Amino acid sequence: MSERNQPMREALRMALREEMSRDERVFVMGLEVGQWQGTHRVTRGLLEEFGARRVRDTPISEMAIAGAAVGAAMAGLRPVAEIMTINFAFLALDAIVNHAAKIHYMFGGQFTVPLVIRAATGWGNQATATHSHTPEPIFAHFPGLFVGCPSNATDAKGMLKAAIRDENPVLFTEFIALYSKPAPVPDDPDFVLPIGKADIKRAGKDVTIVTFGRGVEWSLNAAEALAKDGVQCEVVDMRWLRPLDIATVIASFKKTNRCVVVEECLPMYSFGSEIAAQIQEKAFDYMDAPVKRVSAMDVPLPYAAEIELMALPNTQKVIDAVKEVL
Amino acid sequence: MATQTATLDREKLLDWYYQIVLIRHFENKCDELYREKRITGVYLHLYSGHEAVGVGALAALTLDDHVITAYRDHGIALARGMDPKVAMAEMMGKRTGSSGGKGGSMHLAQRDLNFWGGYAIVGGHLPLATGIALKVRYMEEDAVVLCFIGDGATNNGYFHEALNMSAVWDLPVVWLIENNLVGMGTRVEDSSGQPELSKRAIAYGMKNGGRIDGQNVIEVYHAVSDAVKYAKKRGPVLLEALTYRFRGHGVSDRSYDVRDDLVSELKVWQERDPILVLRSHLVEQFEGVESELEKRDQEAAAIVEAAVKFAEESPAPTFEDLIANVYVGRRYDE
Repeated sequence: MSERNQPMREALRMALREEMSRDERVFVMGLEVGQWQGTHRVTRGLLEEFGARRVRDTPISEMAIAGAAVGAAMAGLRPVAEIMTINFAFLALDAIVNHAAKIHYMFGGQFTVPLVIRAATGWGNQATATHSHTPEPIFAHFPGLFVGCPSNATDAKGMLKAAIRDENPVLFTEFIALYSKPAPVPDDPDFVLPIGKADIKRAGKDVTIVTFGRGVEWSLNAAEALAKDGVQCEVVDMRWLRPLDIATVIASFKKTNRCVVVEECLPMYSFGSEIAAQIQEKAFDYMDAPVKRVSAMDVPLPYAAEIELMALPNTQKVIDAVKEVL
Repeated sequence: MATQTATLDREKLLDWYYQIVLIRHFENKCDELYREKRITGVYLHLYSGHEAVGVGALAALTLDDHVITAYRDHGIALARGMDPKVAMAEMMGKRTGSSGGKGGSMHLAQRDLNFWGGYAIVGGHLPLATGIALKVRYMEEDAVVLCFIGDGATNNGYFHEALNMSAVWDLPVVWLIENNLVGMGTRVEDSSGQPELSKRAIAYGMKNGGRIDGQNVIEVYHAVSDAVKYAKKRGPVLLEALTYRFRGHGVSDRSYDVRDDLVSELKVWQERDPILVLRSHLVEQFEGVESELEKRDQEAAAIVEAAVKFAEESPAPTFEDLIANVYVGRRYDE
């Protein structure tokens, strides 16, 4: 087994190809996944390799994509449904929340729903208000549904394979900004990263930075810059918003006694809110400073690049937040 | 029609009669228990009046076929073969219920009957039917999915998306609209630009199975049998059964107590009660069948009484049940 640098989209494609090859029940369906080769080119070449039975272009019918994936999964297939961007998943919210997440429970465990819904996520590139959501916390609100979001190509492969192999429904979001970024990707077809396990991307003793997805990059850059001033940040990449590996956060916090949460999501009722609440519940006696949150600003995202970027988190905002809690 | 009915034997028709009266007894009992607060959930939608649709349609399937419906699901569950004890226990939220007491009236289901459940978001189960049918085609199985649809569900996006997708992929689905003329209170003609609902099929390039008499179990059986054959071989069919609910939308709906126009309409439809329609057919066809009918009726009433006793004596779910089945293979708080 070896590994080589690959962009995240290719790591994701490798995960899909490997899982489709090992299990005939795994198939891909969604908007423009076949003939168009995938909006974000994740599914490029899969139609040619696996045929139209297993790589299914769908109508622009988000409710039916998610709902049919639920039905197919209940009946014994393992669908990987792509909803072009997470913004369109709002149309499918009922199928995801009321059916994917609840069917195992509300029928007393008679049915399982082993499906993965993939969607591109994230703000930026002047995509404007309706195409600029990072709404993972909305989906992570509901018991019954796992929510994962990788921060790099390596994790993307291992996490997506875990999602496909799991018996529970998974919403899997992929930052558009990360699709082209390379990282070392193992070619081991059984490289699977456990669901619900966070990863410490950098060790440190002074401040815990809790983040996921694209926030990891800003946090690591901030940690690098702060290290020059002698501040050692520990960067915890949660990887999964549900199940939430709060134990790893608390263990880190008990060492550093300070925390900054970095997310691209909106600030109200969010990832940061949840982490801050759980830290004060579980580690109040260890707190040397309030938990500081770096989020998107609490506004819809505008078009003009100058003001769009003002609303978004970045490395400097993370550095400033760390300095505030020191 | 006459030549077709001649092929149905006496025992089969008597069995359908039994199923229809079983559902009627079951629903009357549910209504009674609800009023007495022995069934306590807020939602309870009775199938009374619709019985011939469910019984006739399900008689056209085998156990390899698949069934899914909305929240007016008691009659479908029983006609599919669910033990009335298990159904009644679910009504009462008992551990012995079909969903362990966690689903209630609207969420009956039974995996080993390929009865995929009752669903309570209007239209929400339609794409699930599409997905189950996709599995049938994907695995090249010889089966069909029968999806019951209320008339109200033909107007939200799920209907359009699920039917269109089934047509694009030529999936083996029989879409069966139970048109009882009204949503909760809004009439079909006040909510549908095209009130002849089976004509919606044309928009999807789908086989229009037409409008059938939902009070006549024999007609429903033949129409659904034809649709099943077509769907397995070629693709989806949309059928519309005209029927009428003899009770309010749910048991808390008392419109029939206060609105004379509804009472008059109900009286007209009660003349075509599915029990009467089948009964008069049987009496006409088979001499001396009355005593058989009486016997089936008494059997059904006794089965429902036994179901109530079973349900009331069953244990309630526990805290362990509350936290079970949130996830597969993982604790809810892990």
